[in-house]
Amino acid sequence: MNAIETDDLTKSYGKNRGINELKLTVPEGDFFGFIGPNGAGKSTTIRTLLGLIRPTSGSAKVLGYDIIHEKDKILKEVGYLPSEINFYSGMKVKDVIKYSADLNKAKCKNKALELSERLGLDLNRKVDELSLGNRKKVGIVCAVQHSPKLLILDEPTSGLDPLMQREFFNILTEENHKGTTIFFSSHILSEVQNYCHTAAFIKDGKIIMSDTVDKIEETGAKRVSLSGAISGFDSLIKESEITKYVSDLKINEEDGVADFIYNGKIPLLLDILRETEPRDLTITEPSLEEIFMNYYE
Amino acid sequence: MSILKQEIKSQKLVIIIWSLSIGLLVAACVLMYPDMKSQMDGVNDMFSSMGNFTAAFGMDQLNFGTLVGFYAVEGGNMLGIGGAFFAAIIGVSSLMKEEKERTAEFLFTHPVSRIRVITEKLISVFFIVIILNVIVFVCSILSIVMIDEEIFLKELILFHLAYLFMQFEISGICFGISAFIKKAGIGIGIGVAGLMYLLNIVANISEDAKVLKYITAFGYTEGADIINNQEINIDYLIPGMIMMVVGIIIAYVKYNSKDISA
Repeated sequence: MNAIETDDLTKSYGKNRGINELKLTVPEGDFFGFIGPNGAGKSTTIRTLLGLIRPTSGSAKVLGYDIIHEKDKILKEVGYLPSEINFYSGMKVKDVIKYSADLNKAKCKNKALELSERLGLDLNRKVDELSLGNRKKVGIVCAVQHSPKLLILDEPTSGLDPLMQREFFNILTEENHKGTTIFFSSHILSEVQNYCHTAAFIKDGKIIMSDTVDKIEETGAKRVSLSGAISGFDSLIKESEITKYVSDLKINEEDGVADFIYNGKIPLLLDILRETEPRDLTITEPSLEEIFMNYYE
Repeated sequence: MSILKQEIKSQKLVIIIWSLSIGLLVAACVLMYPDMKSQMDGVNDMFSSMGNFTAAFGMDQLNFGTLVGFYAVEGGNMLGIGGAFFAAIIGVSSLMKEEKERTAEFLFTHPVSRIRVITEKLISVFFIVIILNVIVFVCSILSIVMIDEEIFLKELILFHLAYLFMQFEISGICFGISAFIKKAGIGIGIGVAGLMYLLNIVANISEDAKVLKYITAFGYTEGADIINNQEINIDYLIPGMIMMVVGIIIAYVKYNSKDISA
């Protein structure tokens, strides 16, 4: 079964935001990264899946349940961390965590305590005085404490310091090993690269690519760096047919180095390189970040 | 019932402050009565010569010289205005505040249906209004005991019951409004309550505007009618209760399918 499955899911707002015929599949048990720049539709997707907003058209299933008609069943099995989390003013941290557990009809005090300790969260503080990072921690405890089948996290690491980020991903990894599906959105590529098994890229409300992280890294796009006789290299590329496969071209005439991402047939690249007669040449796999930039330019 | 509990707990202070303020104002009016009584003959003459002004507050049909008449005007104004504003604020902020204070994402991503949230919030609104009215009623009784006057229990109960219905009506209407808005609700709530009060004054002054009594929630709270007829005017009460129910139905329909803003 798939933890998340959308079929032409569309949510349009008045103008340009929203999602458009989104097709997304997240297998059960996966550690899934949902990548996209601000405004690409990450939060809209998540908020539609959770029933906070109604899709304009299309349908989706979460854990096998329809997002419109079986919303309550979905919410019972899902833990969610919003990107900007706020709590009821005047409440203490422990009250919020208890309230969340009550609403989930879950008895999970021990796990809540353990999680709070690991995250260094002071349970007796009032939520009004918490920084963004500390509010995030409260949100993490609320989302994870009742051991949901699916964890949906919207830009979870913003506001957390690097040590906390690591602890946070340790917690997620442990939950994932216990069988929980993890789905989180991010615009930080390295965390997706480090922790996720699968990733999807979203742009302007559409999924432009979805595959395992390993496969994405082998897209065929190469980072090419060369040094030596590079004068005129710029115009050489621009005039040849490979120009449409080249992105992120950087040329430093002084140092005599050129650097670009190439995403086309290799013989074409070789022809150009032969003409250029470089002194030195390296061809490497680009990082996820470079692939990302390649997609969003 | 967790949401209901949370609603009441989070508004504890507001409930106490409003209840005691209105309760003490009503009690203060009652405590002023013995002083007023001795000078009352002149006061009654004065009011009867003020024409529309006395009519506006329903004082033309009441004997200011008796505690029940005095209470119907003075206590009525305190509980009427205060209670109406309180009910409006509690009703209009109930659903709206989740989005305004950005707690909606927290609440609605827990396994609670919208229907359950609306129902528990509605119960909490009515419950809070009842708490306020019980406290005010107790203040009123205590103050009457303090000045050694006879307790006009039947009138007092009818009177406070009418005001309770009035607050239910206003909070129900404002609850419906609450489903549509994300902010600036308090102003709208106070506007609704203020408008209702104003309509009643207009209806009291002008015979031609009597029809407004069917619209305003203050139509059936008129002290003179309650004391003279020994009952709440059902003709005015029924349209009011219908408006309340319509407000509540609108809240359910709208909020159940509403897109919750981030």
